[in-house]
Amino acid sequence: MNRPSLLWKLYIAAFYVFLFAPLLVVAIFAFNASPFPSPPWRGFTLEWFTGTGAVFGKPGVLMDPIWLTSIGNSLKVAVPVALLAVLIGTVNAWVLERAEFRGKTLLAMMMLWPLVIPGVVLGISILAFFSRVANGLEEWLQRDLDFLRPGLSLVVLGQLSFILTISTLIIAARLRKFDRSLEEAALDLGASRARVLRTVTLPFLKPALIGAGLVALLMSFENFNTTLMLVGSDAPLPITMYGQMREGATPAINAVSLFLMLAVGGIASLFALTSKAEV
Amino acid sequence: MKSAQRLTLYLLLAPAILWLGLLIVLPHVEILILSFSERVAPRVYAYGAGNYLEFFTEPLYWRTFARTAIMSIFVTAITLVLAFPIALYIARVAQGRTKAMLLLLCLLPFWVSELVRTLGWMMLLRETGVVSYLLRAMGLADQPVELLYNDGAVILGLVYGGLLFMIVPLANALESLEPSVVEAGFDLGGSRWTVLRRIVIPHAMPGIVAGSIIVFMLTVGNFATPVLLGGKNGLWFTEQIYAQFITRFNWPQGAAFGMLLLLLSSIIVWAGLRLTRQSLGTTLRQA
Repeated sequence: MNRPSLLWKLYIAAFYVFLFAPLLVVAIFAFNASPFPSPPWRGFTLEWFTGTGAVFGKPGVLMDPIWLTSIGNSLKVAVPVALLAVLIGTVNAWVLERAEFRGKTLLAMMMLWPLVIPGVVLGISILAFFSRVANGLEEWLQRDLDFLRPGLSLVVLGQLSFILTISTLIIAARLRKFDRSLEEAALDLGASRARVLRTVTLPFLKPALIGAGLVALLMSFENFNTTLMLVGSDAPLPITMYGQMREGATPAINAVSLFLMLAVGGIASLFALTSKAEV
Repeated sequence: MKSAQRLTLYLLLAPAILWLGLLIVLPHVEILILSFSERVAPRVYAYGAGNYLEFFTEPLYWRTFARTAIMSIFVTAITLVLAFPIALYIARVAQGRTKAMLLLLCLLPFWVSELVRTLGWMMLLRETGVVSYLLRAMGLADQPVELLYNDGAVILGLVYGGLLFMIVPLANALESLEPSVVEAGFDLGGSRWTVLRRIVIPHAMPGIVAGSIIVFMLTVGNFATPVLLGGKNGLWFTEQIYAQFITRFNWPQGAAFGMLLLLLSSIIVWAGLRLTRQSLGTTLRQA
């Protein structure tokens, strides 16, 4: 089986063409000097990135308030999600790897649940539950609680519900590899618990903390299913993209997509570098 | 000391309990209750199974449900068949740098947003798209060809979205196959086909199950791909949930649909795990 047939090699080549064809098409047509994201090729332009709309009637990404606002909204969601995912994920990882208590197996299993629940169902269940909570609290407090209504804060909660599983798993995997005698040595040498945590344990966890944060940032930025159910009037990037794709977009959407691809490429190479440093 | 330790434990447990309680368990209890409530008059609700009865009596609903389930099984099967030769190549043939490269190239497209990938397929397949343009340029068609908004496009998009989640568990499972076992199979006179069927596939079974479960789950729960590539003909069950919740504001009906989707997805996961005696944790870790 070690000498692959020509047919097999051809299949592999065709497969990778198939894998990258849609991405290449999206990237290439970001530079097409045409008001529509489709062939024929009408020449190279950067209008869909920096254009003010004088040429094609519609502005490029960096000049269009719709795109800029939705990128801003996505950041408003992704940054808190990533920070909370790392913080809570670290505590969870600690509980899973270090603490001993009854019901730990059950808790560990429950932490995996969010991955098997369809994103749409996560979205509607959180929407329905927090609406009930808001109704009850508003009646009791006699004031509006907008952060429990569809909007960016609810999107943060909805995305955290499953991103926490991912960040917990990433950090717990690293914590499992930790040699505890290092901590004991530091304690024997007279360091306080807090100091051991700060100078021994956390530095060891650092690659996983950065990794979990980046993954959370990316997943939050790109999440669609759960977000769709929880958005209010402020649309994050995937929601704006979805709307434009249904109505028929200008090549500005290709330009946005290219930015996303470059960000992904950047994060991926960062990962490749840190994982190489680990070995 | 003892009570201080206990307090620390509780403090450390608090985030996990808040997370699972407030974002997972209680919300699902809420939609379960909601799915069993019926509107009897404006703003007056009573308990009953009316929303579920509505599902079974309205053909559009249960047909969309059945269509989603059957097409998802179909998509999973196609994904498996397409991914197997790739995983086998990555795990058994490719060496060193090529191997790492091939795997990384598989991963990259799936890090990019689902919407970007779907946009790519829309630009390739639509009437004014790249494939239609190329067909005309080569003289294979004399009119623009619409390849979008049909079941084929939906299946294509869903298979594309599932491939990685099939390749990785398959490659992991095939990685541990001893070359000597395969050689023994050949030495004993087995043909390529026999060795594949009697040795390689049985060995890859845990990977096949893990990959299939994940691909099925992702496919059933997908929203953007069937809606954007299928258009009006997409008819995916998640779209019904969205319509009830957001468009029609009929939350009890939408909650019932949500429970049914959750049930479908959970039964398949559970059955797959039972069939092969694996645990959820190891399966997810393989992915």
